[in-house]
Amino acid sequence: MAEATGAALVPVDILMVGVGGQGIILASKILAHAARTAGYDIKVSEIHGMAQRGGSVVTQVRLGERVYSPLIPEGEADIILAFEQLEALRWLEYVKGGGTIIVNSQVIYPVPVLAGMAQYPENIIAHLSRRAHTLVVDALDKALECGNARAANVVLLGSLARRMPIPLSYWLSAIEDCVPARYLEVNRAAFQSGYALC
Amino acid sequence: MKELMTGNEAIARGAYEHGVTVGVGYPGTPSTEILENFARYPGIKAQWAPNEKVALEVGMGASLAGARVLVTMKHVGVNVAADPLMTAAYTGVNGGLVLVSADDPGMHSSQNEQDNRFYARFARVPMFEPSDSQEALDMVGLALQVSEEFDLPVILRTTTRVAHSQSMVELKERNEVPLRPYRKDTKKWLMVPAFGRLRRQALEERLQKLKAYTETTPVNFISWGDRRVGVITSGISYQYVREVLPGASILKLGMTFPLPEGLIRQFAAGVERLLVVEELDPYIEEFVRGLGLEVTGKKIFPAWNEFTPGLVRRKLKEAGVPVPSPGDGEGTDACLPGADGQLEELPPVPGRPPVLCPGCPHRGVFYVLRKLKLVVTGDIGCYTLGGLPPMEGMDSCVCMGASIGMAHGCELADSSLARRTVAVIGDSTFFHSGITGLIHMVYNGGHGTVIILDNRTTAMTGHQDHPGTGKTLMGEPAPAVDLEALVRALGVGRVRVVDPLDIAGLTQAIQEEAAAGAPSVIIARRPCALLQRENRPPVRVDGETCTGCKTCLKLSCPAISVQDKKAAVDAIICTGCGLCVQVCKFGALKEGGENNG
Repeated sequence: MAEATGAALVPVDILMVGVGGQGIILASKILAHAARTAGYDIKVSEIHGMAQRGGSVVTQVRLGERVYSPLIPEGEADIILAFEQLEALRWLEYVKGGGTIIVNSQVIYPVPVLAGMAQYPENIIAHLSRRAHTLVVDALDKALECGNARAANVVLLGSLARRMPIPLSYWLSAIEDCVPARYLEVNRAAFQSGYALC
Repeated sequence: MKELMTGNEAIARGAYEHGVTVGVGYPGTPSTEILENFARYPGIKAQWAPNEKVALEVGMGASLAGARVLVTMKHVGVNVAADPLMTAAYTGVNGGLVLVSADDPGMHSSQNEQDNRFYARFARVPMFEPSDSQEALDMVGLALQVSEEFDLPVILRTTTRVAHSQSMVELKERNEVPLRPYRKDTKKWLMVPAFGRLRRQALEERLQKLKAYTETTPVNFISWGDRRVGVITSGISYQYVREVLPGASILKLGMTFPLPEGLIRQFAAGVERLLVVEELDPYIEEFVRGLGLEVTGKKIFPAWNEFTPGLVRRKLKEAGVPVPSPGDGEGTDACLPGADGQLEELPPVPGRPPVLCPGCPHRGVFYVLRKLKLVVTGDIGCYTLGGLPPMEGMDSCVCMGASIGMAHGCELADSSLARRTVAVIGDSTFFHSGITGLIHMVYNGGHGTVIILDNRTTAMTGHQDHPGTGKTLMGEPAPAVDLEALVRALGVGRVRVVDPLDIAGLTQAIQEEAAAGAPSVIIARRPCALLQRENRPPVRVDGETCTGCKTCLKLSCPAISVQDKKAAVDAIICTGCGLCVQVCKFGALKEGGENNG
């Protein structure tokens, strides 16, 4: 199963954050599949349950030779993959010094903001950039270009893949394993489109 | 073969591999996926019960008849099942019986965070606590073996971080376990006082044997390291300790009732300083202290909320335990300097609370209840979200089934509340434990009004079937309970069915029934918006007539906002349910906008 890459298994901690319904669980599943092929020990922790009701969703993925805790300590995530801007800000303290944030440009107002009971913060990207290397991805636009708005999650995953010590071929076969056949073409295109971003 | 599995998937797999043929439970986060996964394996029978008490009783019957059994529930569900559980230790088992208690430290989706390790001690049944998916799978097998060997039901206690975390597990073939022959044995199974006393004594003998077992079970083990600090730990905390203190001596307890006195003494004697790291209550710590050993636990670690590796590291440091820095030594704290070396104030981050979905049929009920200024005793389910601002259409929520009894209690305390109080309860919750509350109200001459929010499913936990849906957990057709006929049979004379998306009809029904002075049941019936998507075009806003009055915002609908002093509807998420159209006094919200396809 595991193809030998010859390379040592560099530990990587990834936080995926966003809003219920954005496809975070699928993205973490594809990542876990690719990492497994690369021979990593993996732990994935997710909080759902209320997620379907538009709540904040976070999935923590940890890769290494041997992983103990399924939770990433604050300030130790190598990468935050944010599916929505506000959620990136909410979890910002988890990224480590010199870490990376890949953030979808999309904005989804939480109900307290819709109801006028709270303010959506301004200049989120600027705040993120001051703390970590930040890459902004217009994932929704890219996904629409590929033919389906719902593939925005895989666009983001493509951008993440570019920064991971896992060969491209493992990612592509992981997508094949996890995505239903009729959505495969769109998702492949979406992944490549994200992967091509610097 | 190795697979990445959640703790819940691994428990289902463990039950399958170790010959369990009967699985029964009630859905509850974080336990729900165990039975959903178990139901997919061949050669088994999986069932949803209307509540956890029934689930355990069915499980005890199956065990009596010789089958290996898995019973699943969340921590608060064990409270419901506590009645049969307390006697289950007396009767013991025939086929092995494992009761899963999925606890929720941090209350990710629960009303409390009780520590169910005390149930094992209370009921005198063995308990295992896995700390990852592999252990979860293996411990199901071990627990079944212990159950049969010691003639006791066994509790497998997980927490959210074990139940919903994925890690690698090694899969094996199913080991078919034949039914143990049924033998009539009234002294063991018929708990009249005379026989109960005998079994009580037998229980002590079985517990004595277990105490010897817990000293040698492979799931309780010491890994010696640096002897300056020794940590006793269990469950998910074990993983945090391994990560934060890689060199420390650790006593890992996989079996936490009974606790191994000898092993603990041996470990304590081998280290300079003894710590207990455990989430929630000082369950292990108090036992260790009871042995006369000096130990530190809750003096440094909190007795509430979920632990994290960061918290464990911080608290150990505070207690003066040398803790190695993580990784490259960077980013050891939450406060990181930015690229320019400066710490910067971040803007406040608004919460993103869960809300009733766009198109949710419950929304109309809570809007009307709020408008009528009624006292609303509520219950457990999606609709509990109707109590959050800005909706705030519910006054109380305690546990499954409490709404009806509490409404009746309000009436008893203050008769003037009788015509101003209504109970709201979901269909699944009504079957769980609302029926008995309603019987009580009718029998005792109450005048209350109960609104059954009937969305034809158990929505909050992910659309599980129940006795009213006409389908079983294994996907087979089943007779559906006729709610109207049922509540009439309980003695309710006034029963009516309304469409919760019809605000005028709903308002009239609630006003009439609350004022009726007789027990009444309103069934607000419409399928869950996620279950049955109705193909209606989204609502559109007439900018000319919209005054920006914000009345529509009181619906707390994620599709509606007010931008530039005019209402705005997000056409992608709007389901066209039409509630806002009825709420708008100016006719500015109109049905039939551009289709959202």
